[in-house]
Amino acid sequence: MPGITSYGAYVPYYRLTRKAMGGGKGERAIASFDEDAVSMAVEASRDADLSAVDTLLFATTSPPYAEKLNAAAIAAALSLPSSIRSTEIGSSSRMGLGALLMGADAAAAGRHALVCVSDVVVGAPSGSREKGGGDAAVAFVTGPDDEAIARFVGQASATTELLDVWRLPGEKFANQWEERFGAEILGPISNDTAKRALEDAGVQPSDLAAVVLDATNKRDVAGIPRALGLQKEQLADMLEANVGRTGAAHAGLVLARVLDSASPGDKILVVSTCDGCDAAVLEVTDKITAGRPKRSVDRWIASARNDIPYNTYLKWREILPFEPPRRPDLDRPAAPPMQRNQHWKYGFYGSRCTECQSGYLPPQQVCLTCGSVNKMQEEAFADVPCKIKTYTFDHLAYTLQPPVVSTVVDFQGGGRLTCEMADVDPASVKIGDQLEMTFRRLYTGSGVHNYFWKARPQR
Amino acid sequence: MASRGIKDKVAIVGMGCTAFGEHFDRSASDLLVEAATDAMSSAGVEKKDVDAYWLGTMFSGLAGLTLSEALKTDYKPVTRLENMCATGSDSFRNAAYAVASGAFDLVMAVGVEKLKDSGYSGLVIPTPPSDGTESSMTAPAMFSLLAPAYCEKYGVDQEKMKDVISRIAWKNHVNGAKNPKAQFRKEVPLEVIKNSPPIAGMFGVFDCSGVSDGAAAAVLCRAEDAYKYTDKPIFLKAMSVAAGPNEGFMNQDYDFTTFQEVVASCKDAYQQAGVTNPREEISMAEVHDCFTATELVLMEDMGFSERGQAWKDCEEGRFDGDGAQPVNVDGGLKSFGHPIGASGLRMMYEMFLQLRGEAGERQIDNPKLGMTHNLGGQPGRCVSFVSIVGNKPG
Repeated sequence: MPGITSYGAYVPYYRLTRKAMGGGKGERAIASFDEDAVSMAVEASRDADLSAVDTLLFATTSPPYAEKLNAAAIAAALSLPSSIRSTEIGSSSRMGLGALLMGADAAAAGRHALVCVSDVVVGAPSGSREKGGGDAAVAFVTGPDDEAIARFVGQASATTELLDVWRLPGEKFANQWEERFGAEILGPISNDTAKRALEDAGVQPSDLAAVVLDATNKRDVAGIPRALGLQKEQLADMLEANVGRTGAAHAGLVLARVLDSASPGDKILVVSTCDGCDAAVLEVTDKITAGRPKRSVDRWIASARNDIPYNTYLKWREILPFEPPRRPDLDRPAAPPMQRNQHWKYGFYGSRCTECQSGYLPPQQVCLTCGSVNKMQEEAFADVPCKIKTYTFDHLAYTLQPPVVSTVVDFQGGGRLTCEMADVDPASVKIGDQLEMTFRRLYTGSGVHNYFWKARPQR
Repeated sequence: MASRGIKDKVAIVGMGCTAFGEHFDRSASDLLVEAATDAMSSAGVEKKDVDAYWLGTMFSGLAGLTLSEALKTDYKPVTRLENMCATGSDSFRNAAYAVASGAFDLVMAVGVEKLKDSGYSGLVIPTPPSDGTESSMTAPAMFSLLAPAYCEKYGVDQEKMKDVISRIAWKNHVNGAKNPKAQFRKEVPLEVIKNSPPIAGMFGVFDCSGVSDGAAAAVLCRAEDAYKYTDKPIFLKAMSVAAGPNEGFMNQDYDFTTFQEVVASCKDAYQQAGVTNPREEISMAEVHDCFTATELVLMEDMGFSERGQAWKDCEEGRFDGDGAQPVNVDGGLKSFGHPIGASGLRMMYEMFLQLRGEAGERQIDNPKLGMTHNLGGQPGRCVSFVSIVGNKPG
């Protein structure tokens, strides 16, 4: 039976307290002003083992481009081979688990699929979707039985036409029909789908180590514990208190957190309800201990800053208009140079001189040190340790979170880059600090997203 | 292969310079015509006497037509060039080489920039279409890297550094207050400078040069012809341009306490002019004080101060208008603002006045050699121009 062979998660650094949004307990995760579903999907995927990937599935309800394959940018940033198959799905927050089931099918067909799911959930100010939503990403690689850290042992699905949650193209905020109506229709469907998945797996509810119950409205799945006779201890923490429901990514994010502490033999039921229902049953294998990512979901959650003012968040999401800087609009990046420099811009490949070993970012033709011409070879720098040589606070540069912290970063083994810092508290920056690179959307100029890398304090 | 220079082969026989400022009522063409006309009057020549023109402008007009159409020149050669903040100086340099070569007898270099039509604060530099990965640091941010690096290397604490750079701004405003052509003609109290709103790193508003409009022009001929035009020609002793390979942003050894390009261009210029001890031999200098810390570092790169000592020389007033080696005695970029194409020639204009004894209340006693210095780019990645001029051949 095919399974998950590797995974990674990403929760952005910033949190917005529900108090700041007008009331309520806890906080939600918010993508920074320079993040989107693509950049977060890249961050989540970087923690997974991508070495065998030949298929890419990207699911989101918040695609940065409505037309233009967002998955292609993800593939470029992850330096996946150009021969991969890529597919992008969305339109419903159930598509996260839907994509994972497609990944299982791909694995059954002999492929290795990277399933990355990412969402930036934007709700109307002070509404329940804004307060209850969250932003995050998760990535799974699927593959054959003998590589699995968790096998797919059962699944079931349902597709339901109803007007429950909807949004027209170009609309910022989703609409919601009266929740009790959705629950009345989708509740029984969720119960039934969960049961069928367990039957398919031949697993008793009492055998489940963890149950992930995800839905656009939690009422839709609230009846499952009773319908299946589950104990409270079996129910996974749905991270309402400190992350929020992260759209299409949520079922996977909670599954990833379950896997972070799962033991071999554990059986897990994952249910996701929206416009129908998907359910999967997984069985954890003994490969789990060696197969976990560098950063657990809890580590991401613990690395946080929650003092972002509400109006700053509203500016980040382009909900609140504000006075622009007295500077010209940012130029859109141009297609031919982006194409020529794709390995640099997306994959963060520099070059190293084969004659004298000097490292360069961006890649150079002529070696500064030894003068050799065209003796360079590409080198990936995204995961090379780096530290602050010097830095400055730029109060003049345009940013949605002033001041811009600009830094000169020196890479271990040679190579230097001047770039912006992300997710940084200016007061804490010191010369010599270790940094790590992160893929970001620097800005959008004339309708073109400009993706590149920034440095951030280690998370 | 050698950089031989053209010591004493070329002379400046006339110069003109507009007032620098926010000339909302004047175009680049208006400014250019004023500077060029004044330079011709200063040399006692007419348009028909000038054989060729070099126009320095970063982006206030394209092609030689920007000058030929404004001045209505008579189908003469006009070269328009750009070398970032060294643009004006490089137009002068190319004009000088043209007369030195014997190709022309009398030429003019003009620099002009019209910045205040953009509607933006600060400088806006046009860039070619790109992949969008270049650092977006502003100019003050790039230069702000100098101050903390200097502190770290020489054990100067940051409060002391703030005093030192504030004093540089204070000094240049004191000088500018005496200059009728300056954009800012008021002394600014040290406390106001020190407490000005933050711009980048340790820099406040008063650590940054302003943005202004202006033009300046010079008429040049071969040295042997100089006395035909004036009793007080200025002789060109050396010129050098160094363009860097971007070492600062590639080489981990670069520490942001020097401009290698300035060191290289000064070495070349001193060798051309036969200067062995610039601290003693150079009477005065106009340097590229785009930001206060730039001037500090330049004093060391130009050899006016020992490494790690410029902050003391600055504090002790060595570079004041009445100091042992006045720097930016006209007020510098700090008081003039920085209309890119014009600044280099504005610096040369002050040397022209000082070496002829025509600088009024700013006049330095008996200057012999003066220097101008321009810097285009940022620490670690720039083009540097220096010139040395004197009022006597030999």
